[in-house]
Amino acid sequence: MSRTRTPVVAGWFTGDGNAFRLLGTRCSACSSVFFPRADTYCRNPGCDGGELEEVPLSRRGRVWSYTDSRYRPPSPYVTDPELPWEPYALIAVELESERMVVLGQAVPGITVADLAVGMEVEVVPGVLHEDAETTWTTWHWRPTEVRG
Amino acid sequence: MTAEVAVLGVGMHPWGKWGRSFVEYGVVAARAALDDAGLAWRDVGSVVGADTVRGGYPGYVSGATFAQALGWQGTRVTSVYAACASGAQAINAARAQILAGLADVVLVVGADAAPKGFFRPAGGDRPDDPDWLRFRVLGATNPTYFGLYARRRIAVHGDTLEDFARVKVKNAAMGALNPNARYRARVTAEEVAASAVVADPLRLLDICATSDGGAAVVLSSMEFARRHGAADPVRIRAVATVTPRYPNTMLDLPDIATDSAVATEPHGEPFRASIAAAAYEEAGVGPEDLSLAEVYDLSTALELQWYEDLGLCGEGEGAKLLREGVTAPGGRIPVNASGGLASFGEAVPAQAIAQVCEVTWQLRGQAGERQVSGARVGITANQGLFGHGSAVVAVR
Repeated sequence: MSRTRTPVVAGWFTGDGNAFRLLGTRCSACSSVFFPRADTYCRNPGCDGGELEEVPLSRRGRVWSYTDSRYRPPSPYVTDPELPWEPYALIAVELESERMVVLGQAVPGITVADLAVGMEVEVVPGVLHEDAETTWTTWHWRPTEVRG
Repeated sequence: MTAEVAVLGVGMHPWGKWGRSFVEYGVVAARAALDDAGLAWRDVGSVVGADTVRGGYPGYVSGATFAQALGWQGTRVTSVYAACASGAQAINAARAQILAGLADVVLVVGADAAPKGFFRPAGGDRPDDPDWLRFRVLGATNPTYFGLYARRRIAVHGDTLEDFARVKVKNAAMGALNPNARYRARVTAEEVAASAVVADPLRLLDICATSDGGAAVVLSSMEFARRHGAADPVRIRAVATVTPRYPNTMLDLPDIATDSAVATEPHGEPFRASIAAAAYEEAGVGPEDLSLAEVYDLSTALELQWYEDLGLCGEGEGAKLLREGVTAPGGRIPVNASGGLASFGEAVPAQAIAQVCEVTWQLRGQAGERQVSGARVGITANQGLFGHGSAVVAVR
């Protein structure tokens, strides 16, 4: 039976393959960028408020820091308690043109031993988990040296 | 400079995993603080509770919960929630009431009963709640954020795992002397290094546990303190509870991303440093005046960060300060003489109040084997989720 692919959160990313991008919003008045997207008001206290327009974020950035989850996170993170826990890495990525840091999971197979602060990474589509009907999709960060 | 209020009494219920209701811990702490102040519950004109989100409805209205448990008597009541800074905001609410002339004597109480394992968000499907989202989308527990900060320090400042372990060794040695601490055993650097990695590069013994506990203070006007015969009480001179400033470029819990600095240049003083600066300004003191500091060592690496944010040393010099023994007992500015969160584990709404309890005992010269000699000025510092932080300056 084929599962429906559903983003874990609607409107945070779009596209496939090389066209995959995180989606934020940008204030038309002050050009502040927001991720997760702000759709109702601009949070810059020096801005009188403009239209918030959807904007794709930079595909590539540099590792600001990284860590991993050696223990199973609690709900609402979804895991299969029947399976042994497999740690995954988390990467905080500095996006130069947006001047912000965005957190995400590393692609499966990348561990903290593969990472270094300052390393270039790119955003790629990923799978968070699957259940009977749905493949829940997300974004992952992948070092640009890695080709898979 | 803001006018001062007197700390007439402090009290705690020991930290641990006792398996009872937070109300019980709060009542024990409240009665201890009232005894310490030489006052009865009926002398209290106002009660301020620091809320817990883990005790159901009674936790959301903790001021009333504690007042009912102590016996309704028509006091003014206030309940505040501010994540890890709840205790400090409760103290600040009490102080404001006293300085506004609304109450002479205010009892401040915070207590928590913590679950086993990681803190987790409130239940239900709540995709508009950043705290829910970080767990749902990333599985990002609190320790993973501490791991990110620690790795960043290693990369930028050259801190080492041995430096982090040294913080735990120092704090555990002090906690061993503190009857209110949950962990009373000394810890060696080898034991830290042998403990399991929780969130790389941090190990179990680098990260504070979650605990049950209760803490309370009795505050009064200076005029009441004099009438009550407390000629030279510990005084609270500042309580800073400022928010971050946009754009906040530090990845804070529970956020998935920082603010963007593309439209507005970040303020030169980052959030934690701005909390300390606000407290110093309000108190009319600086880091050079401090006798001791109680800081929020959610992780060993974060304690080093606080040295820099409090201005005890320059940016990146925290580990050096530690290695030189400056923040150890007998050093120029002992930090976490109580044993810190390393020895207590976090009981969220009680923790910032407990920090003030320790500073009070130290300033009175009643800290026993933990005593910092000649302590005159103490600061507490704390930070939590959703842009909360606090610092309290107390003097004697």
